[in-house]
Amino acid sequence: MGELIDLVLLAMLAITAIRIIFLKDLFAVVMLFGIYSFLSALIFINLDAVDVAFTEASVGAGISTVLMLGTLALTNRKEKESSHSSILPLLVVCITGAALIYGTLDMPPFGHPNNPVHEHVAPRYIEESPKEVGLPNMVTSVLASYRGFDTLGETVVVFAAVIGVLSLLGVRRQEENDTPESGFRAHHVLQVVARVVIPLIILFALYVQFHGDFGPGGGFQAGVIAAAAFILYSLVFGLSSAFAVVGPKFLQLLASIGVLLYASVGLFSIYKGGQFLDYNKLAADPIVGQHYGIIIIELGVGITVFAVMLSIFYAFGSQAERSNIR
Amino acid sequence: MFILDIVSSILLFAGIFFGLSGAFGLFKFPDFFTRVHAASVTDSIATILILFGLILQTSFDINTAKLLFILAFLMITSPTASHALAKSARHGGLLTLPEANAKQQEQTR
Repeated sequence: MGELIDLVLLAMLAITAIRIIFLKDLFAVVMLFGIYSFLSALIFINLDAVDVAFTEASVGAGISTVLMLGTLALTNRKEKESSHSSILPLLVVCITGAALIYGTLDMPPFGHPNNPVHEHVAPRYIEESPKEVGLPNMVTSVLASYRGFDTLGETVVVFAAVIGVLSLLGVRRQEENDTPESGFRAHHVLQVVARVVIPLIILFALYVQFHGDFGPGGGFQAGVIAAAAFILYSLVFGLSSAFAVVGPKFLQLLASIGVLLYASVGLFSIYKGGQFLDYNKLAADPIVGQHYGIIIIELGVGITVFAVMLSIFYAFGSQAERSNIR
Repeated sequence: MFILDIVSSILLFAGIFFGLSGAFGLFKFPDFFTRVHAASVTDSIATILILFGLILQTSFDINTAKLLFILAFLMITSPTASHALAKSARHGGLLTLPEANAKQQEQTR
């Protein structure tokens, strides 16, 4: 039964991908990208990778769809006809694909228990992490503790993304407040419903943030969900009222505070006599130290992701408003 | 337990039926507004039926509460989404099929 579901989902994934290639209407392509992400999230759920599915659904289907729509508002809705022929790229893609498929023939059989991936560090994570870290959600133990340095790198990458976007686009300066009101002013139903829903979304984000130790969730998903709540607010009530709640300057501060919080946990563990990001030294009991460390770094990740996603949306949104005036 | 299973599967199949009919209407209906109507059938009645069917499958613990939360959230958001879609289309100047036909007749006169 599981294989049948997998096959149906993979077939739908392939159909969506092929449709994306041939469509010229970029708005529809963005929507299909959202569907693509949801389908892959379903496949991940079928593979019992709930954390990955959660991330894919919130980041891939949720926030990146919104950001891509923001990009479309700045650029054009139709794809340009390419002037040069597509035979050479097709040839290159076919040869690369054939080489990759040839390469997979040498890979160990799919799902075999003796594969190297199941024999290297995975047994230690599964057998030792209840004793060493003591969290029910093993994914969080691996992500935040064993692979804490990698996750720090990911957080820095997210932070670097916002620096890139802001240096390219920039956020509207505060004194240009005479711009016309954006948002759905006439949509009274939307405003009433948004007032009900936004607190619920933020509450859910906090639940995901602090429940990540026990169930699927964590800083990345929580930051994205919280950012989605504020994006909904700025879409419904206008960008300038969202700026009044959390300003762009404050967000830039928050984005760096999150990364600093993460890195300072590492430095503090050096100060306590351990290695970088060695949470065992954070408290007298190593397990308690692990819990402190994981909660603080997840908070850092959540703050950074939230601030970065909202900053990027602000950058796109204020650009779109400015180009509407012209 | 046996009765609950029967009721649950009846609800699930009814949900599937309404979901399919929504998808069918999305393809077959003539203009945008009737299509939104068809799609909102999938959003509202099909999700309600399927979620109630799933609630009967749980052992009435925390999972039931979670499903009820999802149900409440969907009951608020999906009619709003359909409403916003239709209203935006109306603001953008999209006409229903009878209106478009009437306008065409006026122009030909």
